[in-house]
Amino acid sequence: MKLYCLSGHPTLPCNVLKFKSTTIMLDCGLDTTAALYFLPLPLVHSPRLSKLPGWVSKDGAVNLEKKELLDLSTIDVILISNYHCMMALPYITEHTGFTGTVYATEPTLQIGRLLMEELVTFMERVPKAQAATCWKNKEIQRLLPGPLKDAVDVWSWRKCYSVQEVNSALSKVQLVGYSQKELFGAVQVTPLSSGYSLGSSNWIIQSHYEKVSYVSGSSLLTTHPQPMEQSSLKNSDVLILTGLTQIPTANPDGMLGEFCSNLAMTIRAGGNVLVPCYSSGVIYDLLECLYQFMDSANLGSTPFYFISPVANSSLEFSQIFAEWLCQNKQSKVYLPEPPFPHAELIQTNKLKHYPSIHGDFSSEFRQPCVVFTGHPSLRFGDVVHFMELWGKSSLNTIIFTEPDFSYLDALAPYQPLAMKCVYCPIDTRLNFHQVSKLLKDIQPLHVVCPEPYTQPPPAQPHRSDLMLELQPPPMAYRRCSVLGLPFRRRYERIHLLPELARSLVPSEIKAGVSVATVSAVLQSKDNKHVLQPVPKPAPVPPSKKRKRVTEEPPEVLNPKPLLSGAVPLEPFLAMLHKNGITEVKVEETADGHILHLQTEDVLIQLEEDATHIICDNNEPLRTALRDLVLRFLQKL
Amino acid sequence: MPDIKVTPLGAGQDVGRSCILVSIGGKNIMLDCGMHMGYNDDRRFPDFSYITQNGRLTEFLDCVIISHFHLDHCGALPYMSEMVGYDGPIYMTHPTKAICPILLEDFRKITVDKKGETNFFTSQMIKDCMKKVVPLNLHQTVQVDEELEIKAYYAGHVLGAAMVQIKVGSESVVYTGDYNMTPDRHLGAAWIDKCRPDLLISESTYATTIRDSKRCRERDFLKKVHETVERGGKVLIPVFALGRAQELCILLETFWERMNLKAPIYFSTGLTEKANHYYKLFITWTNQKIRKTFVQRNMFEFKHIKAFDRSYADNPGPMVVFATPGMLHAGQSLLIFKKWAGNEKNMVIMPGYCVQGTVGHKILNGQKKLEMEGRATVIIGTLDVKLQVEYMSFSAHADAKGIMQLIRMAEPRNMLLVHGEAKKMEFLKDKIEQEFSISCYMPANGETTSIVTNPSVPVDISLNLLKREMALGGPLPDAKRPRTMHGTLIMKDNSLRLVSPEQALKELGLSEHQLRFTCRVQLHDPHSDNDTLGRIYTHLKSVLKTYSIQHVPDGTVIVESIVIKVTSSAEEPNLKVILLSWSYQDEELGSFLSTLLKKGLPS
Repeated sequence: MKLYCLSGHPTLPCNVLKFKSTTIMLDCGLDTTAALYFLPLPLVHSPRLSKLPGWVSKDGAVNLEKKELLDLSTIDVILISNYHCMMALPYITEHTGFTGTVYATEPTLQIGRLLMEELVTFMERVPKAQAATCWKNKEIQRLLPGPLKDAVDVWSWRKCYSVQEVNSALSKVQLVGYSQKELFGAVQVTPLSSGYSLGSSNWIIQSHYEKVSYVSGSSLLTTHPQPMEQSSLKNSDVLILTGLTQIPTANPDGMLGEFCSNLAMTIRAGGNVLVPCYSSGVIYDLLECLYQFMDSANLGSTPFYFISPVANSSLEFSQIFAEWLCQNKQSKVYLPEPPFPHAELIQTNKLKHYPSIHGDFSSEFRQPCVVFTGHPSLRFGDVVHFMELWGKSSLNTIIFTEPDFSYLDALAPYQPLAMKCVYCPIDTRLNFHQVSKLLKDIQPLHVVCPEPYTQPPPAQPHRSDLMLELQPPPMAYRRCSVLGLPFRRRYERIHLLPELARSLVPSEIKAGVSVATVSAVLQSKDNKHVLQPVPKPAPVPPSKKRKRVTEEPPEVLNPKPLLSGAVPLEPFLAMLHKNGITEVKVEETADGHILHLQTEDVLIQLEEDATHIICDNNEPLRTALRDLVLRFLQKL
Repeated sequence: MPDIKVTPLGAGQDVGRSCILVSIGGKNIMLDCGMHMGYNDDRRFPDFSYITQNGRLTEFLDCVIISHFHLDHCGALPYMSEMVGYDGPIYMTHPTKAICPILLEDFRKITVDKKGETNFFTSQMIKDCMKKVVPLNLHQTVQVDEELEIKAYYAGHVLGAAMVQIKVGSESVVYTGDYNMTPDRHLGAAWIDKCRPDLLISESTYATTIRDSKRCRERDFLKKVHETVERGGKVLIPVFALGRAQELCILLETFWERMNLKAPIYFSTGLTEKANHYYKLFITWTNQKIRKTFVQRNMFEFKHIKAFDRSYADNPGPMVVFATPGMLHAGQSLLIFKKWAGNEKNMVIMPGYCVQGTVGHKILNGQKKLEMEGRATVIIGTLDVKLQVEYMSFSAHADAKGIMQLIRMAEPRNMLLVHGEAKKMEFLKDKIEQEFSISCYMPANGETTSIVTNPSVPVDISLNLLKREMALGGPLPDAKRPRTMHGTLIMKDNSLRLVSPEQALKELGLSEHQLRFTCRVQLHDPHSDNDTLGRIYTHLKSVLKTYSIQHVPDGTVIVESIVIKVTSSAEEPNLKVILLSWSYQDEELGSFLSTLLKKGLPS
């Protein structure tokens, strides 16, 4: 059993597990931090940006964390844990010869589709005049200026996929529900609620005797998704742990409070608030929080704008996944009311959504206002326009809530900047404190995790509380590691056919322990094993058999059971007596007794662990004696 | 021999008050808990005294599963849980959980407030009952307890309708509830995987019908509605608030749009808007097309269909009214029917099945005079039925073809029919037995059917033993010369483990008992001892072709593990004594050899 680690990024994992002749990919996250090396893609021509000195390439690039560790066409199954961890799917399923199945929950599929479509739209609506790739050559890259020459693995940066590729990739998804047991060969995979986002899941990968838990992006906070299911993770042989919080020092609730107060301060001063964010996820919680906060802060009339090609779909989809929401939201649907209050914000015109800044938005928007828009890297999407528009005024504020990008790097091309910058990263994923408590509860035998989790953050080397300390220590992986997973397998599941089971004769060896000898024919197929009865030739009655035996040797080599126990002297003598053998001379020896059956001239040596019958010319007597001895012994 | 027992308390050779008891692997499950629309007395509810004469049902039932929100499947639920007494889990899907209490409350209002019955369940009881409900998601495996698991499949009959698989160990039952095998305008088709249950319990409402194409039915329906409206008549369509109503609304809405018709369409109850809201929130339970387009256009927002007010019934001119309930047994639909029945210009279209005893059933059977009951079932007069009565099957039940299709999908080992009329069931039963060669049962209410199952026994085999066997025998047994594997099954603390005999001895702390046999055979052979042994070797070699035979230089021949030696006394060098010694493990061969050698060696 092996684990191939294709991504070293702790929150955008991509691992491949080889388990019982099945090749399973766990997630395929797309690391888009490479976009920070590029200049923003403006929606309208920006004289400022185009006049910036330096290398101007606008390759809509993405860094695909994979290497040719193994042949992607051999992957049987891809398990997706949440919509953020599937963004590289088209790169895997298209043009690699992939023929397997992708398993994901319905919200993961639908919202993942939206996020992919959004990414594609962002890229495609500002077509680039030229695309450059030659610079990726190591010799040229070496000569390039600034951070670009130090960028690693630029050869793995790819061009963004197309809508066709997205559709084709997603057509390979098979929907699963929480706790649905999906069989794949001898392996059963089951998604469990992970509490992080709509439809987000952890996975159990198990056979009858081995259990691997894959924990990726889980949350114990009460936000909108169904709470994390923990008890099913118990008794794991191996637990693969990824997707912990990226900002272990920030408390999400505190950040939310800071978010609100900064927002209120800016609006009161007459400025606008820009929130660069993804189109699904924390934005639902932000809207819900603001829904309550704005009225209490007397800012009820401030308009919210949500601008994204998929804004409408994201808001609509969030309302139809009642089954995947927390109890409190679920019960709203029974009334029936929409589970998220943003429905009411839309109805009362407090929240408006637009596909882009073009069209209706430009004529309808009022200031001061709050704008939610993507992309959080500030390199593409409508957010680029707002940076240009609002960056010059110190009245305005940009509030970063997504933890995926360094906000300073994100802001770099916009400097100098007059607008206020507030960093309130909200990452609801497990922190180290929560995860160590969780691991204590569920007690996996071994934990596998990305290397960064086994040491304190580089910036805070003294914070030993910000790492995993476990006994036995976790098995750490980095990109391109191949780990052998420790399993001690001793048993396998086999099925006895009913006819065979019925023919068994159990006998009690000790109190509560019975044994039965099983003689059967084994049939194995697809890692499934069945025992069936030994096909007839029926046992021929003994008299006949002997006649036949003289003609040909015994056909089937039927192994006899092992014997155990002892033959006690007195009862054995009594038994002989009962069977008409009366003249027995008993002689004591060092290890037991020798019985001399005088009339028949047969010797029987009885010892504690052995019986020896010496009988010359009387086969019927020998077999009779044999059966008498066997009566005292247990057969195994 | 393990068996599965099934006893319908309702819906056995009948339609209405579905309630089926299943015993499987020591677990008792109640499937549905419905009421009968055709009765107003005790027969309205299933006879729970069958389960126990006195007291509560909790200790007799492991769980209750409700397939969908129609009252003939859940109408007796508050009575059962609150008045008879049941505190265990009740499983139903989310949409059913949402809609079921509304229909129950409606039912209660009609019965108590309108008909003035007492001793009926209260609003509070409905609420308390719903607290016991555990929601089910599609395909989710729910572990009711350690042994019993259930799984829901899409049934397509109404919003949230589910089929359920019940599994204990390797035994399983699938109960279909009501289902539909053809997708319609708002729901998808029922689907199940090849789960090979020991028993499939299927509804059989349309056991003998093979319905013409849906398109023709829809065209007919639209034509009749259109004609009636054109000649100024009024059309009454009795429906249940949720289910077919939405389907027909979508149908009429698109037709009105296309034909640019002006006659008003009304929907009778306040439920409509609420009902449509449920459809919007549970859009994942509708069909592919609606799900795909819901962001752009929600199919459940109707332009032409307006809320109905009681006073509209007397308005002149044409109109189309959807009114509840669907079988004309009470409520608004019956009120409107009474008003319009006297005019032959008008029409009533019954789009679904009507159970015996309802007004709907009576007029469909051509009855032209109806006795009308007032409060407390006092007959207060007769009603002449002059309006046109049309029946159009829009019920989303599987027809004979659909039922056969489901059997092909699930491949059950046995079949049991419920929720249908005896005569029709008989016909379908024959057909199923012929086509699939499986037994098909159709118990009446209170009659128990017992199905013998033949489960294989799962056992833990030690990996060493398995690997050894697989290496020796290859993956598939050779039919001509099957290899027999030998092992010891240890049964301890409810665990079954199959290990090699040696390991079993070790594990149980037992020592092996050696049983040996020695046999001396006398033989006249005028050769040296060694030559005699050589001759024995050659002889055995020719007889025992498939055994391993060795001639060891120290003067023994070894066949498998049997030792053969030759000795002779100095006095009689030609009288050889052949000594054979074998252990019990080689008993057959040893016995064979001793007999063989007694016959002497070939010269």
